[in-house]
Amino acid sequence: MKALAAYRDRDRILSVASQIRTLPMPRAIRLMEVCGGHTAAIYRYGLRQLLPAPIDLVSGPGCPVCVTPTAYVDHAIAIAALPNVTVTTFGDLLRVPGTQKSLNHAGADGCDVRVVYSPADAVELARSHSNRIIVFLGIGFETSACTIAAATRDAVRDKLMNFKLFSAIKTMPRALSTLLSNPETRVDGLILPGHVTAITGTAPYEFIACDLGIACCVSGFEPLDLLQSIYSVTTQIVAGRPQVLNSYRRAVRDNGNALAREIMNEMFEPCAMTWRGLGEVPASGLRLKPEFAEWDAASLINAPATTREHPGCRCGAVLRGECHPTECRLFGKSCTPESPIGACMVSSEGACAAVYHYQLADAI
Amino acid sequence: MCLAIPMKLISCDGAQGTAENAGLRVNVMLTLVPNAQIGDFVLIHAGYALTIIDEDEALDSLAVLSDLGMLKE
Amino acid sequence: MRDLIHKILAPRYGSTELHKLQDGALLGAHAREIIFTTDSYVVQPLHFPGGDIGTLAVSGTVNDLLVMGAEPRWLSVGMIIEEGLQMAVLEMIVDSIARTAALAGVEIVTGDTKVVPRGRCDGLYINTSGIGLAPFHHGLSSESVAIGDAVIISGTLGDHAVAILGSRMDMKYSHDGKSDCAPLTAMVSAVLRQHRDVKWMRDPTRGGLAACLDEFATSKNCAVLVQEQQLPVAPSTHALCELLGFDPLHLANEGKIMFLVASRSADAVLATLRTTEHGANAAVIGTITSLAKAGVTIETLTGASRRLSRPTGELLPRIC
Repeated sequence: MKALAAYRDRDRILSVASQIRTLPMPRAIRLMEVCGGHTAAIYRYGLRQLLPAPIDLVSGPGCPVCVTPTAYVDHAIAIAALPNVTVTTFGDLLRVPGTQKSLNHAGADGCDVRVVYSPADAVELARSHSNRIIVFLGIGFETSACTIAAATRDAVRDKLMNFKLFSAIKTMPRALSTLLSNPETRVDGLILPGHVTAITGTAPYEFIACDLGIACCVSGFEPLDLLQSIYSVTTQIVAGRPQVLNSYRRAVRDNGNALAREIMNEMFEPCAMTWRGLGEVPASGLRLKPEFAEWDAASLINAPATTREHPGCRCGAVLRGECHPTECRLFGKSCTPESPIGACMVSSEGACAAVYHYQLADAI
Repeated sequence: MCLAIPMKLISCDGAQGTAENAGLRVNVMLTLVPNAQIGDFVLIHAGYALTIIDEDEALDSLAVLSDLGMLKE
Repeated sequence: MRDLIHKILAPRYGSTELHKLQDGALLGAHAREIIFTTDSYVVQPLHFPGGDIGTLAVSGTVNDLLVMGAEPRWLSVGMIIEEGLQMAVLEMIVDSIARTAALAGVEIVTGDTKVVPRGRCDGLYINTSGIGLAPFHHGLSSESVAIGDAVIISGTLGDHAVAILGSRMDMKYSHDGKSDCAPLTAMVSAVLRQHRDVKWMRDPTRGGLAACLDEFATSKNCAVLVQEQQLPVAPSTHALCELLGFDPLHLANEGKIMFLVASRSADAVLATLRTTEHGANAAVIGTITSLAKAGVTIETLTGASRRLSRPTGELLPRIC
């Protein structure tokens, strides 16, 4: 699509950046980009350097790998160790450390762990391997949730009894509410996740502007999208008029994708979910409805009781925006992308990985 | 958190289709966008099309930026 | 085994020395320095768009000699064959070895072949060792790295990785590209025959150009600034990287060379590369900016710069 090239055009990008610098900011402004994909894009394109000093960008909890607790990885490994089980996972989760080891290590130790690009691939595997139990590790937010719902629905319809879903699917609104209601989290504006809202629409986020007085803008992932959204949010803050605006109209309709939500509602129900950094948050996750219990992998084996977090790991504080990655004493020393201790260093979207890979050495 | 890119739908067969970008062709599930037609640009994530990308909106957004004097062209 | 050697291998490997079938090859005395390298090849799948394990086994070792500034001359080929490997597959690979060696200007002068029981190796493993004579024409310049030196890459990034991935992954995709796997003797010969200012060469294989640049910066204790806009990447490679979340700088290449050239000769070297078959898409992609600290920085398309680090771990497709 030719129009998209313009969203990476340097002249346009620098032009919007200079417009941001002309805004009359009365004080320091703290913006949070919720989505890990935005975190990655901001670092990858060096966008912080284009922003004026009063604007501080901090990363939020929108990295599904980062917020997946160690207990889930331990449980997934226990499932993988069962006879006749193949565990399928998005590549993102493979190297996240559990208490003892990662799924990757479990694979090296003899478990059948396979990376898939799509949940549909896991369903296909179940179709072609009727003698094995195929478990899919369902992580992600609403964007991935609708694909997992659609794939699981196909497995149910085709009576593939050997397909099982192990859900750690999370939903944003309640987690954001928990995070932003905490008086220690001082955020003036939010860059909202563009692909999650393509599914949910903007309505679930209205409370952030209306009740919490925080300015919001839905953003795409190109450099121009992000700068445009930062401009929008900053303008709202300067004017004292917080709203939920949408600058990613080419992909996000205000009403999102109703059919995708319908399929999610057909297969899933809300449940409490534990988030690394936030603890247990009510109604912030999705699990299979009781009528689909036969496709739920959680009952294959109990969660191991031996989950332990690494002392010194500050992923939780990083995810709440309270701690910069470099303030963690493990950062870059015992915790590196080659030998990660915390999830934030594994995921390409994790704040720790982003700082490690992309930050200029003298800026650290 | 959600890596998704626009690709052009070049064929469809029920719930499945093929999307193309710069000579790369991928299988894609169309379950979530039953109204997608050949020639549409769709946003692809984890093997599924999530929504149709509106090229007019893409151009409109640029026009808005331009009108606001934000783009020196 | 005798049949294998006499009927399949020897006829294809045309060298006189090999046909003596002695325990070792007599290579004579030589005035130039001897450069010796070895590498083993275990690629899966054995055959991929643009080549096979045979093409790779010759190209990889030849290119290792070339980047040392040596003229590749002689190769040994050691094969470990899994029992049950189809004869047609073996013949195809041996044909590739012979053809690639001829393109590279090397003679296969000795080798070894073993067959192991089913399940003991993945179809076929190959080791090639190579000997070259240095310098190749003007060879490498002895001038040390200087601020302003130009970093040139001979062509598009990641072609090999994308070709292999497509053959491996369950994910169903197809694309027009193929592996760039090739011996680069002609290209390097053209450059070293006409220019004296090439200070360093390396083939960016595993870990891609990012790993290569990082290794270079660390070993020479210098700072490199890369221009993102100048990186040559085939459109279909770019599209796949966007889809799966890969960085083209992290993807393996098997037919590319990174050159470090004194700034005064950068344009001329580039022009020479672009006249060659494998250097048609060559580009200057960076410069040396400091000799006081080591590191690689990339100026992104926005004009802002950030660090370029080595890739870590296996390349995994991601959804985040």
